[in-house]
Amino acid sequence: MILDFLTYLLKLIGLLLVQLLVVNNIELSGYINPFVYVAFLLSLPVSVKPWQMVLISFLTGAIMDSFSSTPGLHMAACNAMGFLRIYYLRATTNKEDQEGRMIPSISQKGIVWFTVYGFSMIFIHHLVLFFLEIYGFHEFFTTLLRVLLSTLVSLLLIVIGQLLFFRSAKTNG
Amino acid sequence: MRNLIFFIYKYYVFFLFLILEIVSFVFIYRFNHYQKASFVNYTVGVTSAFYTAVSNTQEYFYLRSINDSLQMENARLRTELFSSYYNNKFNLTQVNDTLYRQQYEYIAAQVVNNSVTKRNNYITLNKGRLHGIEPEMGVISENGIVGIVMNASNHYCTVLSLLNNNCKISAKILKNGAFGSLVWDGMDPKFAYLRDVNKHVPLMTNDVIVTSNFSTIFPEGIPIGKIYAHSLDAGDNFHKIKVELNTNFSTVSTVYVIRNLFKQEQQGIEATINQK
Repeated sequence: MILDFLTYLLKLIGLLLVQLLVVNNIELSGYINPFVYVAFLLSLPVSVKPWQMVLISFLTGAIMDSFSSTPGLHMAACNAMGFLRIYYLRATTNKEDQEGRMIPSISQKGIVWFTVYGFSMIFIHHLVLFFLEIYGFHEFFTTLLRVLLSTLVSLLLIVIGQLLFFRSAKTNG
Repeated sequence: MRNLIFFIYKYYVFFLFLILEIVSFVFIYRFNHYQKASFVNYTVGVTSAFYTAVSNTQEYFYLRSINDSLQMENARLRTELFSSYYNNKFNLTQVNDTLYRQQYEYIAAQVVNNSVTKRNNYITLNKGRLHGIEPEMGVISENGIVGIVMNASNHYCTVLSLLNNNCKISAKILKNGAFGSLVWDGMDPKFAYLRDVNKHVPLMTNDVIVTSNFSTIFPEGIPIGKIYAHSLDAGDNFHKIKVELNTNFSTVSTVYVIRNLFKQEQQGIEATINQK
């Protein structure tokens, strides 16, 4: 239990460092601002209790907010994503998964399942984030395009990360 | 009553979600409307230490270019030194000059965190209240303007970058004095747009854009950029002007914060207009 907690804490710190030190410095275009730290929320086990899920996502957003001086933006986005994740997983996993130690990942559920899951979750996160950032509905279609493109790039980075990470984990263990 | 408690108990996750979402919206609302952003003041101490460590490391990679730009600036300043002019006077007298009072002071600062790709970009500097920095002061680099100070803690301050939805800067065209407001459209950090320039004003590409004399934040005539392209749609009253910015926001590292010593006096006298 403690070991699990530490593993996830390390994972969160690692992903935040990747986000802040690497991904935030990539200048692809004004349309593409990927956020890969959401991979932490995506990869929490299915057995996490709903209230824990909501709180964890809120706190993750708060940490991200303090590092990007945007109070509330990431909190709102992560919170919405964490809340909707509960219902998404309830609908797409079976009883066995929910009681066991199932982790929503490529190695356990396959790449197609994970891509659909990742896309919908990241899309929700980016949708809330970018529209709150612009704070209104002017530039509506530009923002929508930014949401879509950024979602695709975030998803691509997260899928690549998962493939690398889990391949090596399998060969080692 | 029991039903109500049961109802809340049954959907407690939803209510928890709702409460947290409201909390974050309150943060966003306060941040957008009051510009006080107390949240940032609380966290800036911790997060700036992190960014200082990062920027200390990164600076090594840019030492050469920083050196070059500082050297160039030194050379320029040296040419403006009193000692580099030929003195034509025979006798010097000491005068307590009451005609020329210093109006602007410049505080040098280092950029410790910066972004250019987001829609709303912010910059963090390593100088704060203890060094005399307060909100609403202008920030310039050696090439041109950078932004406006938003918050200051004791040792750090956050700057609303010119590359931000909320940043509007009063600017004018140097050659004919026509003024407009400079905004960024969120696309390319090299270009911004000058709005509200009347269609009767004649324009040329490469005309120089500088700050206007209407703001208490920037002194008049600080360079901003030059006109890259301009167009006038039929029936439109204002030019569409694309401005190529002088400041390279992705590499900016040494900046100066401008303190206007007469700001309070100007704002004080302007406030009396509204009272009548």
